[in-house]
Amino acid sequence: MARIRDAQDETAFITLFEYYAPRVKGFLIKSGASEALAEECTQDVMTTIWQKAHQFDPSRASVSTWVFTIARNRKIDLLRRQRRPEPEDLPWGPEAEPDQADVVVLQQESERLTRAMANLPEKQRALVESAYFGNLSHSEIAAETGLPLGTIKSRIRLALERLRHEMR
Amino acid sequence: MGVKHHIADEFLMAYSAGILPEAFNVVVAAHVSLSDDSRARLGAYDTVGGAVLDTLEPAEMSGGALAATLARIKGSGPVDRNAQPRPAPSVLPAPVRDYVGGDLDAVAWRKIGGGVKQAILPTQDGARVRLLYIPSGMAMPDHSHGGTEMTLVLQGAYRDDDGEYHRGDIEVADEEVHHTPVAIGAQDCICLTASDARLRFTSMLPRLAQPFLRI
Ligand SMILES: [Zn+2]
Ligand SMILES: [Zn+2]
Repeated sequence: MARIRDAQDETAFITLFEYYAPRVKGFLIKSGASEALAEECTQDVMTTIWQKAHQFDPSRASVSTWVFTIARNRKIDLLRRQRRPEPEDLPWGPEAEPDQADVVVLQQESERLTRAMANLPEKQRALVESAYFGNLSHSEIAAETGLPLGTIKSRIRLALERLRHEMR
Repeated sequence: MGVKHHIADEFLMAYSAGILPEAFNVVVAAHVSLSDDSRARLGAYDTVGGAVLDTLEPAEMSGGALAATLARIKGSGPVDRNAQPRPAPSVLPAPVRDYVGGDLDAVAWRKIGGGVKQAILPTQDGARVRLLYIPSGMAMPDHSHGGTEMTLVLQGAYRDDDGEYHRGDIEVADEEVHHTPVAIGAQDCICLTASDARLRFTSMLPRLAQPFLRI
């Protein structure tokens, strides 16, 4: 991602495309988009990633997190035909050079969170996913109430502490 | 003074997931603009979203997708890499300014009696978001909570049974809450408030969020 951001490196973009495009498409389909719409939209999302690469700040979000936010915004735009109000950027802005140690730790925390997600029992992971696909219903949640997912909670807390640190 | 009343996790998660009505998204975005605590927690939920994307079963892209995307990138011309100029500090956070079409002086207020004014912002989805202007010492207009209501203070302060709310503070009320907020302090109070009679959100997400996502 850094190579796309700093050098507009097309080879790096192709690598990113091959990993994320099928996932973004899967995300859009599970969110309710048709196959054709999801395909078209995924290309939009990947194009946006290229165009907004200079805004990517690895001390504030991992690549997956960043791609997710772009895909999510496109989903809202497309499936719900709504604008997406975003928080005001922080006053110190994205142009400050991120601290390398912060970047590494945030990356590690995000990867740990992903591993924790991948290791969840299928049913529990499906529950977290359904929240992000907007497919939650009362009955589904009721059926799943009380499942202890301690690992993910502690991972998020770690990520959060890191993020809090970023904000100081 | 720092923000003391932050938004609950279930709303941050729903905002991150993109499943809230637009009117509530405006209030959450405005609150996060003013609260570093909520911003950090939102970052955590966006990270969960990234993990969802990472662990998702990939869908197959069409054969020409990469070539088509590369062509679009080349066709879209050079990217403007200049940072956006920083907006001057203002009463309305950036997401609210976007809906108003300017800062406070651009708000199309309508008087609703007793010196109280309101301006409804244009959003989809049935839920309503409005700016309220309440002169100091005045009560907020009579209202009932058929569903969920979010109130964010942008200027001045108000007090109700639960305490005092200043700039950046957010209060979420549901049908069980009966409160009569009164504007207090030297400045008149300006609030951003969203409501939806159908949105019974607080009863829906906590049960999902609590067991494993509470921060
Ligand atoms: Zn109250
Ligand atoms: Zn109320």
